[in-house]
Amino acid sequence: MRRPRIIARLDIKNEHVIKGIQLEGLRKIGEPNAMAVGYYSDGADELLFMDAVASLYERNGVLEIVEGACRDVFVPITVGGGIRSVQDIEAALRAGADKVAINTAAFRSATLIDTAARYFGSQCIVGSVEAKKRDGHWEAFTETGRQETGVDAVEWARRLEAQGAGEIMVTSIDRDGTKKGYDIELLRQVRDAVSIPVIGSGGAGSAAHVAAAFSETDADGLAVATALHYGKTTIRDIKNLIHGAAA
Amino acid sequence: MKRVAVLEYGMGNVRSMFNALEKLAAAPTLTADADKLSGFDAIVLPGVGAFGQGMENLRARGLDAAIVDCAKAGMPILGVCLGMQMLLETSTEFGAHEGLGLVPGGVEKLAPASARLPHIGWNTVLEPHPGRWPGTPLRAYAGEEVYFIHSFAAVPANAQHVLAEAEYDGVRFCAAIGRENIVGMQFHPEKSRAGGLSLLGAFLEL
Repeated sequence: MRRPRIIARLDIKNEHVIKGIQLEGLRKIGEPNAMAVGYYSDGADELLFMDAVASLYERNGVLEIVEGACRDVFVPITVGGGIRSVQDIEAALRAGADKVAINTAAFRSATLIDTAARYFGSQCIVGSVEAKKRDGHWEAFTETGRQETGVDAVEWARRLEAQGAGEIMVTSIDRDGTKKGYDIELLRQVRDAVSIPVIGSGGAGSAAHVAAAFSETDADGLAVATALHYGKTTIRDIKNLIHGAAA
Repeated sequence: MKRVAVLEYGMGNVRSMFNALEKLAAAPTLTADADKLSGFDAIVLPGVGAFGQGMENLRARGLDAAIVDCAKAGMPILGVCLGMQMLLETSTEFGAHEGLGLVPGGVEKLAPASARLPHIGWNTVLEPHPGRWPGTPLRAYAGEEVYFIHSFAAVPANAQHVLAEAEYDGVRFCAAIGRENIVGMQFHPEKSRAGGLSLLGAFLEL
């Protein structure tokens, strides 16, 4: 019986967990380590720390947060946002991350993912796609949704796989923070386009949204932020719903 | 307090293993110093990434011979993920590579019927036959799911060395190996919640 990994996503800015809508209008939610431990205790399969302002090495930056979190959290941790080089990946792994998510830097350097996958292994590299709907297709964005690329998001996912990413995380910018449910069609198209695991992100407002995304797209993992941060549901409720449906 | 060498040889996150061992009240040391290995009570060989690169990094630090010496002297050795795979003799990942050869057999790519690789996610493990687990770290296993992230798996030449199996997309593969003081876990006990930590704890009691 296949089940999706339920991934608690913590977007970080200036030492706080923050959350906005469509990657904008960021509001403070809480303290990262306490929230990380809370989601871990509730049964999260993985944690994802996304640095909204690329403050990797700063005091109280995301690497320091990861270093603290992984003393008490014994599930895999992914770090994204501001990973620009092999040295950055090494620093993230040394801090206790198991994987890194790469978006903007892969656009800037065609060889970063390839080099990193050879050195650290594909399983360590999550290709991150941030997509916005544009008449009939999705366009890939960088810089946390601020910079358009002119590249089709599904095609971009395919290229990230070819460069050596071990899985793809696709975030719907349109749905992010809206609590309207995942962009099912986007997830489905990306999943059909690649042969590595795919994680969906953006839009979960309830346990039912997560269960629906799994049953309709067969996604390998689903990231949840707003629905957890605002207490709309819990990891345990999501798992009970999905496991109940699968049993 | 058990003094445990956690080998740091440039293959991924070793911090989590260090933290997990500390949580279990062991005294871990991150080290790549081959000359000092024999002074520890146990060795943990973590690691993710490519087999060839992993072996190259071990050799460059003289750790390959040091691990084999300690293993032959009876010191408990735990390999995790890539660290487990390197305990075998050979691998076919990106060409043919030679491993540490502490357990006879090779490492081969998983062949799921339709599911995706890498195999990433949570899965239970199975006792290959009744009576295999007593006296091994798996005796502490209570049916919890553990975390896997891999595309290759060990294929021990000798069925007696299979300590645990798991199933992915209907295909059974070797999830742990055991040969006297030598143990390998394909999954990550240090990333598998309380259930994983209890397996690590049981290894420390070897």
